[in-house]
Amino acid sequence: MATTIRTVSLLPAFPILTQLLLLLPIAAGLLGVLLPSLGYLPDLGGNQFHFEIFNQLLEHPALPHAVWLTLFSGIIATVLSLSFAILLAAMLSRESLTGNNKNKMASLFTIIRRGLIPLIAVPHAAMALGLAFLVAPSGWIVRWLSYLFMGWETPPEWVTVQDPFGLSLILGLVLKETPYLLLMILAALPQIRAHEYIRIGQSLGYGYFLSWLKLVLPQVYPLIRLPVFAVLAFSLSVVDVALILGPTTPPTLSVLILRWIDDPDLLFRFLASAGAVLLLLLTLGSLIFWRFSEWLIFQKFRNWLSNGKRGNVNGVHNIAALSGSLLLGTAFLSLLSLAFWSLSLRWPYPLVLPQRWSSRNWERHWSSLQETAFTTLEVGVITGIIALFLVVGCLENEQWRSVRFSLRSQWMLYLPLLIPQATFLLGIQILAVRMEMDGTFLLLVWSHLLFVLPYIFLTLADPWRNLDTRFPKIGQCLGASPLRILFRIKLPLLLKPLLVAAAIGFAVSVAQYLPTLFAGGGRFATLTTEAVSYATGADRRVIGVYGFLQAMFPWIALLLALAIPRWRFRNRAALL
Amino acid sequence: MLKLENISLKIDGNSLFSKLNLEVKAGQVTTVMGPSGCGKSTLLRMIAGLESVDTGTIEFADRTLDNLPSHERKLGILFQDDLLFPHLSVGENLAFALPAKIKHQERRDQIEQALEEIELSGMYERDPASLSGGQRARVALMRTLLAQPEALLLDEPFSKLDQELRGRFRKQVFAYAVKNQLPTLLVTHDPADAKAAGGDILSL
Repeated sequence: MATTIRTVSLLPAFPILTQLLLLLPIAAGLLGVLLPSLGYLPDLGGNQFHFEIFNQLLEHPALPHAVWLTLFSGIIATVLSLSFAILLAAMLSRESLTGNNKNKMASLFTIIRRGLIPLIAVPHAAMALGLAFLVAPSGWIVRWLSYLFMGWETPPEWVTVQDPFGLSLILGLVLKETPYLLLMILAALPQIRAHEYIRIGQSLGYGYFLSWLKLVLPQVYPLIRLPVFAVLAFSLSVVDVALILGPTTPPTLSVLILRWIDDPDLLFRFLASAGAVLLLLLTLGSLIFWRFSEWLIFQKFRNWLSNGKRGNVNGVHNIAALSGSLLLGTAFLSLLSLAFWSLSLRWPYPLVLPQRWSSRNWERHWSSLQETAFTTLEVGVITGIIALFLVVGCLENEQWRSVRFSLRSQWMLYLPLLIPQATFLLGIQILAVRMEMDGTFLLLVWSHLLFVLPYIFLTLADPWRNLDTRFPKIGQCLGASPLRILFRIKLPLLLKPLLVAAAIGFAVSVAQYLPTLFAGGGRFATLTTEAVSYATGADRRVIGVYGFLQAMFPWIALLLALAIPRWRFRNRAALL
Repeated sequence: MLKLENISLKIDGNSLFSKLNLEVKAGQVTTVMGPSGCGKSTLLRMIAGLESVDTGTIEFADRTLDNLPSHERKLGILFQDDLLFPHLSVGENLAFALPAKIKHQERRDQIEQALEEIELSGMYERDPASLSGGQRARVALMRTLLAQPEALLLDEPFSKLDQELRGRFRKQVFAYAVKNQLPTLLVTHDPADAKAAGGDILSL
């Protein structure tokens, strides 16, 4: 009995520890940029508080344009991603409803679903690098156009990658964020029993898509609000994608901040801190603006919901099929072009395929690849294990002590995803330098944990809570202690969701650019930091090698996560 | 002897039963009957320690169970569904219940013997999903018994079996209860179950 009480009474420590691990660095990071932005940074001789730095910032010639670009690309990317996700979710959920619909459109939608969802695992940087290969003036698309129709001898003088309006940046973000929001919507649909509402709508004479918009969307949106906010905050403050695809003169605000930090003149750190505070304000402002727009749109369409206009919207599934295929095709070709470049020895314009294939690029970079791949693996695996341990502890606490998961804890999980990375990570770096913790492995893992843990929690929570509670109960009645139930019943039964959550956590870790750069103090090279640093200027073949390997890493993890339970339970029909 | 004193159950402020008193003697099968929603399954779960008791006490063999965690109560429970662990083999399901102090070869021997007893010899490695309903029910029963319970709690364990199987399985369960002198509490809504049990009947 004593042991039971002990193990169960230790459980409340898990949520407390988890909250501390998430909140502490964020609070410290915000403080770490706020003080220097107000002039206080004793290491660099700043001992007084003043607003002079903000004046400098606001008078900086690049600032107005950078702010405009940040807001434009961030908000447009979010609007587009959400629209595509809603459109596709409406069509994809329809195919899963009717089931045996074997026409061409249905199979196209099946391909779109199976293709788009796994894109979530592809790191942003890899996708951006591949997209750059695809849309560049001497890129794949132009080469095919030239080969098939135009016969251009030299690449056209268009600015496509790093265009001044940030259009390729927006496209890069949309390619990654649409699948994420799509998955969030599809996962929320069963919670609101979407197909029952659609059946009711249809029986009242509304077409399928109209039923979806009038009955399902208003119910599903509140459930995906936090993911939408996360996409908006991410798009406004993204660094790696903006470095690869975004405009350069001037760049978006987050890239501008990064440039100021890299300036050999250390006094630029004051300006960078003020920029980071401005980025935070812009993000919070945009979130409030978005929330207000939601409310306004709902007010405006309230009447439309019940005005009784029926019929159907024509051609929606054609638009959905077209946009879905375009997104999927672009993403697929982007990744393929990474693979092709990594295997090409010579691939001059305007050839559509490499002139000579070779594995030489891989061989030449093998030793440094091995090293960076190992660091990537090490950080991802260690962070994943720590996160799993904490998340399982929190979920066990929920069950044994019948604590309900509150809205507050959900906001807390999303907090690291809603505050711009560039803001609090810069603060953490400034503090870490002061505490001589910068560039330590501990800080690196901790910074990855901030992003890995929320995703692992969100992936694992539902399967964990949905496990038939009678299995642990019967275990109890057979005399098994809580720990034995955990290890012998729950963890094996939840092996698949556990491994999938771990793989997603690993994918998140692999993709981290800014945390690795800032918390690692430049001392740890991962596939992501290497790929991004090669992106500016280096040989396309090298970029191909690093980008492709970076894209493959999460995939391998995900494949293992699906294969291991299948192998382990090959003789257990109920679990396949 | 299993003894309940002054047990009450309230759900959302509605009293389902109050001041319930019940005694079950060794080797006797007492039946609790009532329509669904009357709280009879909850009563069983309270005794098993899977649900907390608001008022009253539960005693077993002259000691109170009230503060004992479920896994230390030594009460075997059988549910409507067999709930065989899907990730373990048939033999491993049984081994899960066997006390850890039985080790090595003896452990395996006891399981093989138990399998023989329920007419499933040589099925140690089998996937529980590949068994028939009747076979699964017998494994569930044997798993409960191998934990060496000192009383049996039966939560409509026969209701999902077909007519012919039900009679046979019921006889088997009751025979075990008598042979091992276990106080047994059966919850059911089927009068035939109560009749076969032959003990006291309590209607909620």
